[in-house]
Amino acid sequence: MSRPLLYKFRLYVADDAQNGVLAKINLAAICRAYLPDQHEIEIVDVLVEPNRALKDGIFMTPTLIKLAPSPVRRIVGTLSQTEVVLQAIGLEAVPV
Amino acid sequence: MNKVKPSISSPPKSRTGITGFDEITGGGLPRSRTTLLLGGPGSGKTLFGLQFLVHGVQECKEPGIFVAFEESSKRIVANAESFGWNLPAELRRKKLYFMDAQPLPDMAQSGSFDLGGMLAALDAQVQKMGARRIVFDALDVVLALLPDATTKRREVYRLHEWLLARGLSGLITAKSGGDEVSSLSQQPFGFMQFMVDCAVILNHSVVQGVSHRNLRVQKYRGSSFDENESPFLIGASGLEVDSTRIVGHTRSMVSNERVSSGIKRLDTMLGGGFYRGASVLITGVPGTAKTTLAGAFAEAACRRGERTLFISFDSDSNEVIRDLASVGIQLARYKKNGLLRLASARTITGSAETYLVRIKTMAIEHGARCLVIDPMSIWSKSGSDSNAHSVAERLTDWSKANGITLVCTSLLDEMTNQTESGSSLQISTLADTWIHLNYLMQAGERNRGVSIIKSRGTAHSNQVRELILSDAGVTLADTYTAGGEVLMGTLRWQKEGAERVATENTEVAAKLKRVRLDAEEAELGVKMKSLQVELEAKQVEKALLARTREIHKGEVSQGRTHMRELRGADVVTRRRNGGKE
Repeated sequence: MSRPLLYKFRLYVADDAQNGVLAKINLAAICRAYLPDQHEIEIVDVLVEPNRALKDGIFMTPTLIKLAPSPVRRIVGTLSQTEVVLQAIGLEAVPV
Repeated sequence: MNKVKPSISSPPKSRTGITGFDEITGGGLPRSRTTLLLGGPGSGKTLFGLQFLVHGVQECKEPGIFVAFEESSKRIVANAESFGWNLPAELRRKKLYFMDAQPLPDMAQSGSFDLGGMLAALDAQVQKMGARRIVFDALDVVLALLPDATTKRREVYRLHEWLLARGLSGLITAKSGGDEVSSLSQQPFGFMQFMVDCAVILNHSVVQGVSHRNLRVQKYRGSSFDENESPFLIGASGLEVDSTRIVGHTRSMVSNERVSSGIKRLDTMLGGGFYRGASVLITGVPGTAKTTLAGAFAEAACRRGERTLFISFDSDSNEVIRDLASVGIQLARYKKNGLLRLASARTITGSAETYLVRIKTMAIEHGARCLVIDPMSIWSKSGSDSNAHSVAERLTDWSKANGITLVCTSLLDEMTNQTESGSSLQISTLADTWIHLNYLMQAGERNRGVSIIKSRGTAHSNQVRELILSDAGVTLADTYTAGGEVLMGTLRWQKEGAERVATENTEVAAKLKRVRLDAEEAELGVKMKSLQVELEAKQVEKALLARTREIHKGEVSQGRTHMRELRGADVVTRRRNGGKE
C-alpha cells in the first residue's frame, strides 16, 4: 500500500430534511468502512448559505462533491446505494 | 376540476408581450400563479418563457429569473440575440438572471434527492433582485432523475408551493411527446395540469410537408380565454400568435366612405368605389390582369396618402413595380416615400397560418389602411384547403375589424366553371365585392372582360366591360352587343368605326339638305319681291284706269251739260254727280 490519500468531501443539504439526514448517515458509514482516517467532510446547509449553493451550482439536495483527490465528482441523492457511491468516488467495493 | 365563478374582475395578469397571446388570454399569464407550458421538441417553449421574462423586465419593471434545466444559459442568451431583446444588457443591470441547473453529465446519482437546494438558492436570488417572474425551463429533465412517481409529484408540489408562497408569476415548461391529450395524463406531469392555474400547450406538426405551429390554452382558472388552437410562428421579434376575434372583442366600424378602385369607370360601375374596410375579391384565369387591377387600387390608395401594403406571392417586389409601370401604374415613387410597402411573399415559407401572422404583423408595423394580396389562392397550395379557407376568413375578419380595405386576387383554374365557383378557397362568400375577369375568345382574339359579380350594399352595373391595358393606363371600354353577342377588341373597334362613318354620313346629308332649302327659300323670296313689284304696278295701272274713266265720264257729262246749255232746253244742274243718276 502506498501512502494513504486524503478524501475531501463537501455535502450540501437542505436543513434537516429527510434526504439530507439520510445522506449524512450514509456518507459517514461509507467513510467509516472504506476511508477510515483519510477523509474530511464539510456539511453545507443551503438554507443557511444559499448564495454558496447558487455559486456552486447546487440545485438538487443532497449533493456530495468529492473535492480531492481529483477528478472532482458529484453525487446526487441520499447515497443509499453504496456501490454507486464508491464507483463514483473511485473506490472499489471491498468486502469488509 | 375547479369551478370558475363568474366575476366581474378577472384575476390579475402578467402580460407576456407575445403578440396575440395576451389577447387570447385577456391580458397574459396569471399573476402570482403558476402556468404550465407543454410542448414537443422545438415547439418554442424556451422562447415563450424567455419572452415572458424579457417583456417583464423591459416593459413591466418586473425582474425575472430563468432556471435552465436543459440548455446552458450561455446558449440561450446567444440564441435569443437574433430577436433583438438585448439580454446581455439586462443581465448587466441585474434585472434578469439565469440559473444553470443542468444535471452534469458526469454526475452520479445514488438514492433520492429533492429540489430544496435549488429553491433555497433561488430564494436568495429572488430577494436580491426583487424578482417577480420566474421560468423553469424543461422541468421534465430534472424530474426524469427522480426514482418514482411519488417523488416526482412531491417535488412538483414543493416547487408549486414555493412559487405560491413567494407570490411569483411562475412558468414551468415541460416536454410532451406525440399526441398531447392522450399521453399527457399518463406522463409524470399530467397531474401538474390539474395543479396549476393555467396550462398552455404548444403544438408543432407537419402537414403535407408544411410546418404548422399552434398554441392552445387548455385551462385558465377564473378567466375566460380563447379555447381554440391558434396558429403561431417564431418571427423576427419572438413568438407571434394569431388571435382570432373572441367574444367581447370590439366589432368593426362600418363605414360608408368609398375608396376608389383606381379605375374611374370601375368606380362608376360600383356606384362610387369600394366601401372602406370592405374585402374585395378579384378572380380570373391567368393573365386576365388581376395584378394590374390590384396595382391600380394600390396606386390610388397611395395617391390619397394612405399607407398601403402590397403582398405579392407571384413575383419579386421590383418585378411588380416594373410590370405595373408598363401599364401606367407608377408605384416606385410611393415605395420611395414610404407610403407603399411591397413584400414578396416568396421569401416567406410555411403554412397559410404563417403567412397570415406575417401579413398581419407587417400590416400593423406599416400602419396599413389598404392591403393587397396577390394572389390569395396560393394558400391552398400550402397545407389543406380547409386550413387555407379558415386563414382567408380570419384575414378578412381581421382587416374588417381594423378598417383595412382588403383587395385580394384569386387565381381560377381555367378548367373550372369560371363564373359559378369562386375558387378553391371559397372566399367568394366572404368577399364584399367580387370582380371577375375573364377572356372572351372572338374572331381570333383574346380580350379581357370585367364584370362585377357582387357588391354588397351598392348598386352596381350589370354590364360586362372590356378592360384595356395600355401604357397610358387602365381603362374600361363599352362593349357592343350585336346579335346577342358581346363584341370586344377588333370587332368592337370595327363596330365603333362603322358607327362613326355612319354618323358622319348623316351629318353631311343634313347639311346638304339645309343648303338646298336655303337656296329654295331665297328663290322664293326673290320671286315674292318681283311679284310684289308687279302687283304694285298693276295697282297703279288700275288706279290710272279708274281715273281715266272718271275723267272721261266727267268730260262726257260736262259735254252734255254744255250741250244742254247750248240748246237751252232743260234746267241746268251744275252738279258733278250728274253722271251717277
